[in-house]
Amino acid sequence: MPEPLLEVKDLRVQFPTDDGVVKAVDGLSFTMAAGETLGIVGESGSGKSVSFLTVMGLINKKSAIIEGEVLFQGQDLVQMSNDELREIRGPKIAMIFQDPMTSLHPFYKVGDQISEMILAHEDISKKEAFNRSVEMLKRVNIPQPEERAKQFPHEFSGGMRQRAMIAMALSLNPDLLIADEPTTALDVTVQAQILDLIDRLQSEFNTAVALITHDLGVVAEHCDHIQVMYAGKIVEEGTADDIYYRPMMPYTWGLLRSLPRLGHDTDRLTPIAGAPPSLIFLPDGCSFSPRCPYVFDECRVIEPDLLPIDGHHAARCLLSLEDRERIVAQEILATP
Amino acid sequence: MLRYIIRRVLWAILVLLIVVLITYMIFFLLPSGDPAVRLAGKNQTPQLLEQIRQQFGLNHPWYIQYLLFLKHAVLGDQYGWPGLGLSFISKVPLKGIIFSRIAVTAQLAIGAAIVWLLVGISVGILSALRPHTVGDRTAMGLAVLAISMPVFFLGPLALYIFWFKLGWLPGTGYYALGQYGFGTWFSHWILPWVVLAVLYAAFYARLSRSNLMETMSEDYIRTARAKGLTEKRVVLKHGLRAGLTPIVTVFGLDLAALLGGAIITESIFNLPGIGQLTVQAVGGQDLNTIAVITLVAATFVVFANLVVDILYAFLDPRVRFD
Repeated sequence: MPEPLLEVKDLRVQFPTDDGVVKAVDGLSFTMAAGETLGIVGESGSGKSVSFLTVMGLINKKSAIIEGEVLFQGQDLVQMSNDELREIRGPKIAMIFQDPMTSLHPFYKVGDQISEMILAHEDISKKEAFNRSVEMLKRVNIPQPEERAKQFPHEFSGGMRQRAMIAMALSLNPDLLIADEPTTALDVTVQAQILDLIDRLQSEFNTAVALITHDLGVVAEHCDHIQVMYAGKIVEEGTADDIYYRPMMPYTWGLLRSLPRLGHDTDRLTPIAGAPPSLIFLPDGCSFSPRCPYVFDECRVIEPDLLPIDGHHAARCLLSLEDRERIVAQEILATP
Repeated sequence: MLRYIIRRVLWAILVLLIVVLITYMIFFLLPSGDPAVRLAGKNQTPQLLEQIRQQFGLNHPWYIQYLLFLKHAVLGDQYGWPGLGLSFISKVPLKGIIFSRIAVTAQLAIGAAIVWLLVGISVGILSALRPHTVGDRTAMGLAVLAISMPVFFLGPLALYIFWFKLGWLPGTGYYALGQYGFGTWFSHWILPWVVLAVLYAAFYARLSRSNLMETMSEDYIRTARAKGLTEKRVVLKHGLRAGLTPIVTVFGLDLAALLGGAIITESIFNLPGIGQLTVQAVGGQDLNTIAVITLVAATFVVFANLVVDILYAFLDPRVRFD
């Protein structure tokens, strides 16, 4: 088996606060292969963004305790100095963010912001860098890229700004693109365009993509693998088919049931009852137990391990496999 | 852009007309005594009073006096342009006096502004980059202390320590650069500059700290870091540009307000600036001087506002004129 592109081993990220220690990421392990698309799904506060900001080295080490390993092409990013990380950010790993309205600097021209990234890592002239920015804007389907490159972000629409962010992120042909909720702030029609664009560029650039989202619907057709996060842990992982047609964890069921589906006569979507747990005072046992409709006594005491089901499919749940298969067949997939 | 500037200038002129009008109204509608009586001195005769009223235009109703003031200001008078008339107290043309006073006040204000910008903004930046550390807390604690120290307390205290007790610096008074040379000029300015700058430095330190801290938590700063830029570039190019731009506005208005006279500092350090002239004019019911000073001070503020707004459009591309 070839060396994985990214291997995260037992990553823990904790933020000490006045109220207690926030355990944002709590023993996260996963691998990504080169060129793969991984979907990371979870509610706000499930640790999905923090774990990838940690991969980028963008978590302030002074305000957080980071343990575990983040091996990228064999190098541990957690142990790297800021200067070493700087060499990784951009040429190796690039990131785009949720809100394209605020992710670009309002005072600088879009083309200059892209060139700045190229110039930070390559020894070329400003003119060449600017031409490459224009070329990148063209590749993300921005019309009249020469003129657009000379405009400020506020002259772009939301979708165009996200395209510009993608152009910037891919301008150094990184091995890994982290897309942190790239479509959450955009119109639904624009969302699909952006995701298709990421898909297309991924194959053109052969970049691995980590697609972070709270929307299970988004990851379905764009991801090879999906991992579902809850309270800083992976609670279920598998292929898109595993997660959609054979989900084995009540939290994933909740996410699926909260999706609107075509062809079903539902008046209302089914929300997951309760609120995400406090990351300072995590419940004993399974962290989903307070909200789980199938909870039984042991769930509140024993923390379930992430146990393999078949192939890459694994889930954390104390219910027997038979019970879960029965519930999936009778309630989850059958629900109108 | 040009249309915008013309419109703003017209508004500025209207504001100035109203400001001087209000000055006249206050002077005449409040019982303040007859200026002619004060001007006549000890040997008052009805003839003399009448002559003075004629000479200074005090025989007209107040609104005519106001209009005459405006007419002379715009068209000039027998002492040249702009026609600012005579001081009621010293009976010399105000034109020469005002410009020499502005020169002194400008030296005070600009010198102090340099001090407070250098100190205030650098302390603010250092604090913002290392928030909640001992250095930051000390600096912000001192800033609160400095903000609570008015010039009328700090000025005499500084004079007592550095002039009277330690003898490190000379005392009060104005020593013109051309007449006394750089050393004497500069050493006499140190205390006034610093004393006046303390309050502003503290205010600017707090302002630039909070602005920069807010900016450094913006998404585009995270983007800049994600681009793999050096931290130096992230702070200097991305952080400061956005974090310090709002300070331009505050600075323009603060400097303009000071150019209209730093009354307390000028009084304490015996500096013949606009502020000191204001005190004398108000004390002597010198209407014409008061009106001229009001006009000068208001002009600084109104035009500083205009300059700041135009400058802002160059600094922040999101600001555009309709």
